[in-house]
Amino acid sequence: MKLLTGNDLVTGDVTWWTGSGWSRHLEQAVDVGSQGEAIAAAEEAVRRVNGPYVIQAEMTAAGPRPAHIKDRIRAIGPTVRPDLGLKPADPTVGDWVI
Amino acid sequence: MYRYDEYDQAIVDARVEEFRDQTRRRLAGELSEDQFKPLRLMNGLYLQLHAYMLRIAIPYGTLSGEQMRMLAHIARTYDKDYGHFTTRQNLQFNWIKLSDAPDILAKLATVQMHAIQTSGNCIRNISSDQYAGAAADEVEDPRPWAELLRQWSTFHPEFLFLPRKFKIAVVACEEDRTAVKFHDIGLQLHRNEAGEAGFRVFVGGGMGRTPMVAPVIREFLPKAQLIGYLEACLRVYNRFGRRDNLYKARIKILVHELGADEYRRQVEEEFLHTQTLGLDAPQEEIDRIAAGFAPPPFEAGLSDEIDRSDPDFALWLDQQVAAHKVPGYAIVNISLKPVEGIPGDASSAQMELMGELAQQYSFDELRITHAQNVVLAHVRKSDLFRIWQALDAAGLATPNLGLIGDIIACPGLDYCSLANARSIPLAQKIAKRFGDLDEQRDLGELKIKISGCINACGHHHAGHIGILGVDRKGEENYQLSFGGSGAEDASLAKIIGPGFSEDGVVEAVGRAVSVYTELREPGERFLDTYRRIGEAPFKEAIYG
Amino acid sequence: MGDLVRFRDDEAHEEPAVTLDSFLEQTNATAVRLEPTDDPRALLPFLGRLSLIEVSFPKFRDGRGFSTGSILREAGYTGELRAAGDILVDQINPLRRCGFDAILSDVEIDRAVLSRLSSLYGDVYQKTVDGRAPAWTRRNG
Repeated sequence: MKLLTGNDLVTGDVTWWTGSGWSRHLEQAVDVGSQGEAIAAAEEAVRRVNGPYVIQAEMTAAGPRPAHIKDRIRAIGPTVRPDLGLKPADPTVGDWVI
Repeated sequence: MYRYDEYDQAIVDARVEEFRDQTRRRLAGELSEDQFKPLRLMNGLYLQLHAYMLRIAIPYGTLSGEQMRMLAHIARTYDKDYGHFTTRQNLQFNWIKLSDAPDILAKLATVQMHAIQTSGNCIRNISSDQYAGAAADEVEDPRPWAELLRQWSTFHPEFLFLPRKFKIAVVACEEDRTAVKFHDIGLQLHRNEAGEAGFRVFVGGGMGRTPMVAPVIREFLPKAQLIGYLEACLRVYNRFGRRDNLYKARIKILVHELGADEYRRQVEEEFLHTQTLGLDAPQEEIDRIAAGFAPPPFEAGLSDEIDRSDPDFALWLDQQVAAHKVPGYAIVNISLKPVEGIPGDASSAQMELMGELAQQYSFDELRITHAQNVVLAHVRKSDLFRIWQALDAAGLATPNLGLIGDIIACPGLDYCSLANARSIPLAQKIAKRFGDLDEQRDLGELKIKISGCINACGHHHAGHIGILGVDRKGEENYQLSFGGSGAEDASLAKIIGPGFSEDGVVEAVGRAVSVYTELREPGERFLDTYRRIGEAPFKEAIYG
Repeated sequence: MGDLVRFRDDEAHEEPAVTLDSFLEQTNATAVRLEPTDDPRALLPFLGRLSLIEVSFPKFRDGRGFSTGSILREAGYTGELRAAGDILVDQINPLRRCGFDAILSDVEIDRAVLSRLSSLYGDVYQKTVDGRAPAWTRRNG
C-alpha cells in the first residue's frame, strides 16, 4: 500500500494522510494509491503540510507498517527515548520499529 | 568572555525581527517553502525527523552560566526538557515548533545568544579550543580572533550564498583539541623565527563523502592581515567552487582539484587586491575584543594539594581533570557520556547545574567541546571535591574522558532525516560492553566516533575506531574503520572490510580491542598499535 | 519582463545589455550582462563608459553575483549595477551591501517587505563597497 506522510507546517509533527485530513497517528493512514503526489501538492499549497512524500507500507494486523525503518521511527519517535514517543507505555513498540 | 555592546545587541535584535516577519510570511503563504528554507536554515532551523530542530550557536564553544541556564529554560518551555551538544560546539533542540521559533530567538537575544548561520551555505560557527585561556602551551588565547571572525562572518553579504557550508576553527597550540585540519579553514596561531605570533592557515579539510586533511596554504600570516586574507580565500571559493554537484561543492574539492599550489596562487593574487581595501579591524578594535578575554582574577598562593582519600573522587580526578597554567587551578571536564545515556545530551536540570557550577566555581564560564562534552576551565583545586560531588549526584561525573566509553555519536536515524542508520543505540551497546572502568582505563585513549550517514557529523573519519552507518538494501548496516585521528597527527580512518549488523559491529570492535591488548607495546594507544602493525592482524581477527 | 526596482536618482538606462563576449567585440556598447561564470575583471578597462552592468542570478542560491558586484564596485564602477533573475526580496540587504543599486526580479517584489527589510539593520559588522561604517568605526570613534 502507499501512504502519504509529511510534517505539520506549524508544529513540525509527523503527520499521515487519513483520506480527509492529517493525523499524527499512523493507524489512521489510508492507502493513497496513485493519488499521493496530487494530494501532496494540494495540501502543501494550502499549508496544511510541509515536505510531504509517498512511502511504501504493508497492512498488518496492527495497522499499516512502513517498509523503511526511517518512517517507522517517524511514526513512533526516537528508539532511544521511547518516553518521548507516541506510545511511551507500549513495550512492543521497539520490536515493531526495528 | 566577550560581552555584547550596543552594536552587537542591535544586530542580533534586528535579526530576531527579520526572522519573525519571515516566519509570519511563511505561515501566511507569502513565502513558499522553497523560498523560506534558506532563510530558516540561516537561523538554524531544520525540518527533521520528528519536528523542527533548532541549532543554537555557542560561539567558539564558550558560554556563561546565565546563557547555559537560558538553554535550560528553553528546553523546559519549548522542547522536551533536554538538549544535545554537537560536534561543532553548538546546542540542538529536537522538538521545536515553527510558531515558537521567533519567540525562542527573542529570548536567546536577551542573553546575547542566537542561531545565526548555524546552517545554510554560509560561514558557520567558528570553533576553538576548549582549554583556551587555561592551557600552558598556547601562544595566546585564540578566542579574540574567533570573536573577530564571528563578527566578520555574521551577515557578510558576499558570502551568504556560498556553494556549500563553511567551517572555520581557530587554535593557538601545537596540540590540537579542535580537529583544526578537518575544517574548511583552520587557523593556528604560532610564532615565527622572529618570535612574532601569526596564523598558519590550513584550507580544504573536511569530513563527509570525501574526507581530507587540509594542506597548509599560508605558513605565516600576520594577525593584522587576517580578514583581508580570509576575504581572498572565501572570494576564490565563492567564485570558483563547484555548484553543479552538491557532493563536490565544499572548498576541499576546489583545493584538491586545483591543487594546493594553484589555489594558493589564486588566493595570493586576490589578496594583493583585498589587502588594499581596509577590511581588517583597527588595533583598537582588536584590543577591545581581547579585553573581553582578559584572564579572570585568579587568586595567588592557592594550594595544589588535593585530598584523594575518596577512591571514586580520585578516579574522576585522574581522568577528568587537566592541568591549568596557573598554580592552584585546574581544568574540569564534565562527561556527557554516561554508560546508559545518549552521547552529548543534557537534561534541563543538568544544564541548570552546570550553569550554577560555572557561576560559583569557574568565573561564570563554560566551554563545549567537539567531543560533545563540557569544560569548566578555571577551577580552584580546593573546590574540585565539592564540584565532583555535585556532578556525581547529577550523573555528570563518568570518568571516561578520551576512553572507549567517551564515544562521539551523531543523533543518527533516531532524530535526523539525513541518516541511514541509528548511531546512538550502537554507542550505547559499545559503552555497555566496555562499561567496566578498570578495563576502560587499561585500554587507555581510544576514540570511537560514529556517524549515521556519509555527512559524517560524528567525525568517523577521524576516529581511532570510526563507524559509519549505511543503508544496505533497506537494512541498517555499519562500516568499520581504523586509524583516524582528529588531533595534530591528523589522519583518515581506513575501512577494514565488509560491513556488519549492529550487533556484528559491536563484536568486531571487541575483537579489534583484543588484538590491541595482545599485541600492544608499552605506552602504545590503540591508534599507535594499529599504525605500527597495520590492518592485517585486525582483519584476520574480525573476518577470520 | 520582470519587476524592476531601482535605488538610483538617474533614469533607467534604455540600451539593452549585451553579453560579455559581444561587449568585448564592440566599441560602443554601454550596457553589458554578466553570467555567473563571466569574469567581471574583463570589464575593468571599460568601466568609465558603462552605464549599466546587469549581473545574472539564475538561481537565488547561486551567490557568485555577490562577488561579481563587489569586484566591480571595488574597481570604481559608478554606473547602475543591477541584479537580475531569481532574486528573493529577502536578499535585498546583502545585494545592496555588495554594491547593487537595482534589482530586476523574475517575480513581483513586495515593496512593503522590501522597505521593511531595508531599514532593519542600522549597524553592520563588515567594511564593504556600500561605504557604510563598520561597527568598529562607530565603536572606537
